[in-house]
Amino acid sequence: MIAEAGHYALVLALALALIQSFVPMIGARLRDPALMNVARSTALAQLLFVGASFIALVTLHVNSDFSVANVYENSHSMKPLIYKITGVWGNHEGSMLLWVSILALFGGLVAAFGNNLPLSLRAHVLAVQAWIASAFYLFILITSNPFLRIVNPPIEGRDLNPVLQDIGLAVHPPMLYLGYVGFSISFSFAIAALIEGRIDAAWARWVRPWTLVAWIFLTLGIAMGSYWAYYELGWGGWWFWDPVENASLMPWLAGTALLHSALVMEKRNALKVWTILLSILTFSLSLLGTFLVRSGVITSVHTFANDPTRGVFILLILCLFIGGSLLLFAGRATSLKQGGLFAPISREGALVLNNLLLTVACAVVLFGTLYPLAMEVLADFKMSVGAPFYNLTFAPLFALLLLAVPFGPMLAWKRGDLLGVTQRLLAAGVAGLVLIAIVWAWTRGGSALAPLAIGLGVFVIAGAVTDLAERTGLFRLPLATTLHRARGLPRSAWGAAFAHAGLGVALIGIVCETTWNSEYIATMKPNDVAQVAGYDLKLDGLLERQGPNYREMIAQFNVSGGGEALSVMTPSKRSFTTRGSSTTEAALLTRGASQLYISLGDVTAEGAIAVRIYHKPLVLMIWWGPVLMAFGGVLSLSDRRLRVGAPKPARTKQRLQPAE
Amino acid sequence: MRRRMSAIVALVLLAMPAVHAVQPDEIMSDPAREARARDLSRELRCMVCQNQSIDDSDAPLARDLRLLVRERIAAGDSNSQVLDFLVARYGEFVLLKPRFERQTMLLWLLAPLLLAGGGFALWRQNRRRAQVGADVPLPPLTPDEQTRLAALMSDDATSR
Repeated sequence: MIAEAGHYALVLALALALIQSFVPMIGARLRDPALMNVARSTALAQLLFVGASFIALVTLHVNSDFSVANVYENSHSMKPLIYKITGVWGNHEGSMLLWVSILALFGGLVAAFGNNLPLSLRAHVLAVQAWIASAFYLFILITSNPFLRIVNPPIEGRDLNPVLQDIGLAVHPPMLYLGYVGFSISFSFAIAALIEGRIDAAWARWVRPWTLVAWIFLTLGIAMGSYWAYYELGWGGWWFWDPVENASLMPWLAGTALLHSALVMEKRNALKVWTILLSILTFSLSLLGTFLVRSGVITSVHTFANDPTRGVFILLILCLFIGGSLLLFAGRATSLKQGGLFAPISREGALVLNNLLLTVACAVVLFGTLYPLAMEVLADFKMSVGAPFYNLTFAPLFALLLLAVPFGPMLAWKRGDLLGVTQRLLAAGVAGLVLIAIVWAWTRGGSALAPLAIGLGVFVIAGAVTDLAERTGLFRLPLATTLHRARGLPRSAWGAAFAHAGLGVALIGIVCETTWNSEYIATMKPNDVAQVAGYDLKLDGLLERQGPNYREMIAQFNVSGGGEALSVMTPSKRSFTTRGSSTTEAALLTRGASQLYISLGDVTAEGAIAVRIYHKPLVLMIWWGPVLMAFGGVLSLSDRRLRVGAPKPARTKQRLQPAE
Repeated sequence: MRRRMSAIVALVLLAMPAVHAVQPDEIMSDPAREARARDLSRELRCMVCQNQSIDDSDAPLARDLRLLVRERIAAGDSNSQVLDFLVARYGEFVLLKPRFERQTMLLWLLAPLLLAGGGFALWRQNRRRAQVGADVPLPPLTPDEQTRLAALMSDDATSR
């Protein structure tokens, strides 16, 4: 009954989306406010029905209703409640339902909070949202229905893949989807602007908060996924340049570029055409990511041929939306007037450089992901593109970008003074150079690149601090004035400084982890002691334990450093009976920003166990960086300017009061 | 989840029973040679995995390849000889860093070409705009906006 209700709610949502696709468009053409306002009601109703459908699927999973194929294949009655819920999106059908639920959520938000939008713009935006929604509802209903029943229900389910039975699954996919799908809003705004043939600074002001929200979630989602891989997969890697990771990195790169170009458009009314194109590209890359992951085309071209319906369907959606929007862009872009002029050396110029580097970096990732596929199909040449390739191509682009980051916010709009900015950044540059010298002297004979990269990271952080100090007059003016100025500084300026500093923090973490990671691989017997990076790890013994739906073997390590007992670490190996597979649960010990990491291998006949122990210096900075960036995003989002969207009457009244 | 979904599913299915990347018994006695083996391992693909190097992979095939690399190093091969040997055996597919060849030229040259092309386009646009000069006027207000503006202005007048 619940399954049927959920299925029906999804069909109703499709019907609503179809209405929303056309009626508001007709309304906008006829300038009929009633018809245009239909979009608002249907968007909210869609959210209601898709939400109901999603809740139905969650209920089925929580109740362990194995008469539903999706529940049977991905759940088990003994599974802890949290994994019963997260298991809903731990599979293809459920994750697509989550995708459309979030799409409906964003549509609903625009409908609910878009009151200050011009009526026709809102109608067009919601109509475009409905096109996307209709396509994906159809995809789910035709090829990936999560509500299908089994004729003879089995008694027990097949359990969720053990690797996914982790808190990471509760956070990572929803975050990532909020990011991916959030970019659909800027896409819809771009298409609406092209349809109306009108775009101005106010447009950028409306688009920026939505882009920012999506960007914050995508940043956190990627970082979370990376940390999950780090502790769950058991060899301490945190980024693999895997096509599926690239699928999330590409929209992030394009989205970051979009955030910056929308800034130029909002402030200076320039880069309009480019901003529109970036909006289209960012969401297109999100769709491409969905296609790459969902069709299985990346694992092998052959899986694609084995189960073609899903892949072909998403490919069709992809061609329709990307092709259609780019055609519309090609036809209409010339009619959009270019605005404000600027000299090459200016804030705008710096943002253009940012966009150039980010887009090229994005193109490199796109090519690296798709090139082997194309070569295999077109030239019958099998090749691989992996981490060593990206280290050589992607890293230099980012190094250039980071070098420019501190300059950008300090240059003036329209015409900047590069020499003056360089002088003001002198302290930051010196800080970077000093760090290079210290690190180089400390690690003599090591890699020359690592100290340079750390110096760059310090320069970026110091640059962000310098920017704030310059704006508030720190050290130049009395402290009280500085504090007053700091309070008056727009939140977006604080946000930019935090986000930029986050880049530096992440860079330092990445360099330290990859360069000075120490590793100890050996077979250990109880009472053996391993010595890693100044820590002594003594294996006390092995014990077995029964978990809710698995058995686990735990190794207990006593960790001491400098003769002082620090902690007990208990890495384990879990075997899941239902799927007959096992996972390694690494044990982590955090010391400042560094971590000790133990993961277990197999037990030998003599009762010894293979262990891998890592010391990862400053590894946590890799994820503190993105968290700082996201925090910067939140600060920026709380800026009055963005929140208000357009001046509100309340402000004018306040200003008028003294005159009475 | 996207990467976990497919990468891990593939990995878990392929890699049963779980063997660990770089086993204690694989490690070479000479640290310098072991370091070379690890560096090479990071550039070689485990062919049954999804874009994983044999250094990271749990799959039995990756173990075989790691042992093979160490065998070649022990036999006195240089790094490039080891790579040549593996390419001859398994094809270019085994290299995570594709060689610069006819087929891969576009991939390697993409970034410099785009940077140069983008830079040139920006330079031209800047020059053209400098010649045209002067700001282009903003689009005129729509009738709807004009009435709203008028309403606001009159509001202003009455409250004062």
